[in-house]
Amino acid sequence: MRDESFLKDKLLPIGTVVLLLIAVWYVAAVYLNAPFERDTAGRASTEIGFSQIVRNTMAQERPVLPAPHQVIVEIWDTTVNKAITSKRSLVYHAWITLSATLLGFGIGAALGVLLAVGIVHNRAMDRSLMPWVIASQTIPILAIAPMIIVVLNAIGISGLLPKALISTYLSFFPVVVGMVKGLRSPETIQLDLMHTYNASPAQTFWKLRWPSSMPYLFTSLKVAVAISLVGAIVGELPTGAVAGLGARLLAGSYYGQTVQIWAALFMAAALAAILVMIVGLAHTAVLKRMGAKP
Amino acid sequence: MTSNSASVVSARNLGLTFETSDGPVNALTGVDLDVAKGDFVSFIGPSGCGKTTFLRVIADLEKPTAGSITVNGMTPEEARRRRAYGYVFQAAALYPWRTIENNIALPLEIMGYSREDRKARIERTLELVNLSGFGKKYPWQLSGGMQQRASIARALAFDADLLLMDEPFGALDEIVRDHLNEQLLKLWARTNKTICFVTHSIPEAVYLSTRIIVMSPRPGRVTDVIESTLPRERPLGIRETPEFLEIAHRVREGLRAGHSYEE
Repeated sequence: MRDESFLKDKLLPIGTVVLLLIAVWYVAAVYLNAPFERDTAGRASTEIGFSQIVRNTMAQERPVLPAPHQVIVEIWDTTVNKAITSKRSLVYHAWITLSATLLGFGIGAALGVLLAVGIVHNRAMDRSLMPWVIASQTIPILAIAPMIIVVLNAIGISGLLPKALISTYLSFFPVVVGMVKGLRSPETIQLDLMHTYNASPAQTFWKLRWPSSMPYLFTSLKVAVAISLVGAIVGELPTGAVAGLGARLLAGSYYGQTVQIWAALFMAAALAAILVMIVGLAHTAVLKRMGAKP
Repeated sequence: MTSNSASVVSARNLGLTFETSDGPVNALTGVDLDVAKGDFVSFIGPSGCGKTTFLRVIADLEKPTAGSITVNGMTPEEARRRRAYGYVFQAAALYPWRTIENNIALPLEIMGYSREDRKARIERTLELVNLSGFGKKYPWQLSGGMQQRASIARALAFDADLLLMDEPFGALDEIVRDHLNEQLLKLWARTNKTICFVTHSIPEAVYLSTRIIVMSPRPGRVTDVIESTLPRERPLGIRETPEFLEIAHRVREGLRAGHSYEE
């Protein structure tokens, strides 16, 4: 496994798929944007050749589907070419959303772990809580998000926290489910061993259940951090927020700025990828410290 | 040991019935047994004869439903609370995120031994099971036999005079098993512990024990108790002597007599 080359085993397959996707995207852009060009030409009663149509579909101001290079230019323009304090900087908007994501993820992970500890150690909590935890996720987040924001606004809480709480609402769930399984993952023989030592419940927890649950914790944290971001974006949509990736999406759709929408979408995707990657690195580091087989 | 009068384990008419969905299962019935201090007692019998269950009752991992049992003159629960025994399971059950020395430190941490004391005890028990120099390794870096030795070291690390071993070498191949049996006898001679040992290997039981308890299933009960006439000093070669073979023969007869062919 050591002699796998980065070029051959990573770049080649991923690169091929990316190139293929871009090609498909260009074709789709031409196909979807062409009717507008034909209509325009028709209204002006001018003839328009195929090559001209193709050229025009690459550079529309409000295309149905912007071409990849338009999105890349927009991202470049709104990140590198703008001061990050500017309201037109995508970095600024991404940071607004990221801060809500991280706060919500933090609260959600902590809440999830606490609930899981309660469920594993307390029969009553196990019976009464789990159905509610599951029920909470059957309600569409789009329906509950505006209500959370409105209710919290009414009691004077606004800004970061309401959005973060929507992230929390989504992200605590995978952590509860993962950690309940993780904390119950020790084998009977390992638990019996603790019993023969007359270990206290706290000792059993810290010396056995908690370390056993680490792989489960990080797996659920990966899911949780990604949906935290979704939660924060959704939280920005119904409030007419002025800043954040959700606000960018909303403003883009109001004004038909499809290029802006796609740029915000890509930013969100990149952000999610980075967040998941960071959790993945933490996972590897923790398992390595715990002496896992490489 | 000279004070043979002191019973470490004493069972009177002990019974245990498991309530299952298919009705009650008699895991143990009418077990009368005394294990003297310094004894090496083997429990042998086919699966389902209750030998492991009996060991688990001593360890307070199961509660008897009839009769009485004392461990060091106390109830098994009191004995467990006073950490009267070390238990070696069928599998090593080492915690994979702890190094070998930290695995041995686990009971010591729980029982509140000081850091220096822990270090000394780890050193001593590693030496006792011939694992000196492997303390910093993780379990997966050791062979199955070494892992089981580490788990024995873990059971020896604290001051329990009673060692309960539930088929500790059952999953190992015969060559490793012979070697570990020899080491276990030496260890027993050095530490003066009382050992209760569950096995389903006749040569292993005869080679190791001062007493062999033959058990049979349905219901789980004791069918024969054989006092070994072998000396305490036992080289591996003793297994070819007529005396050894005769005891083995008696164990086999006992097993055959108690065996039911319904299964």
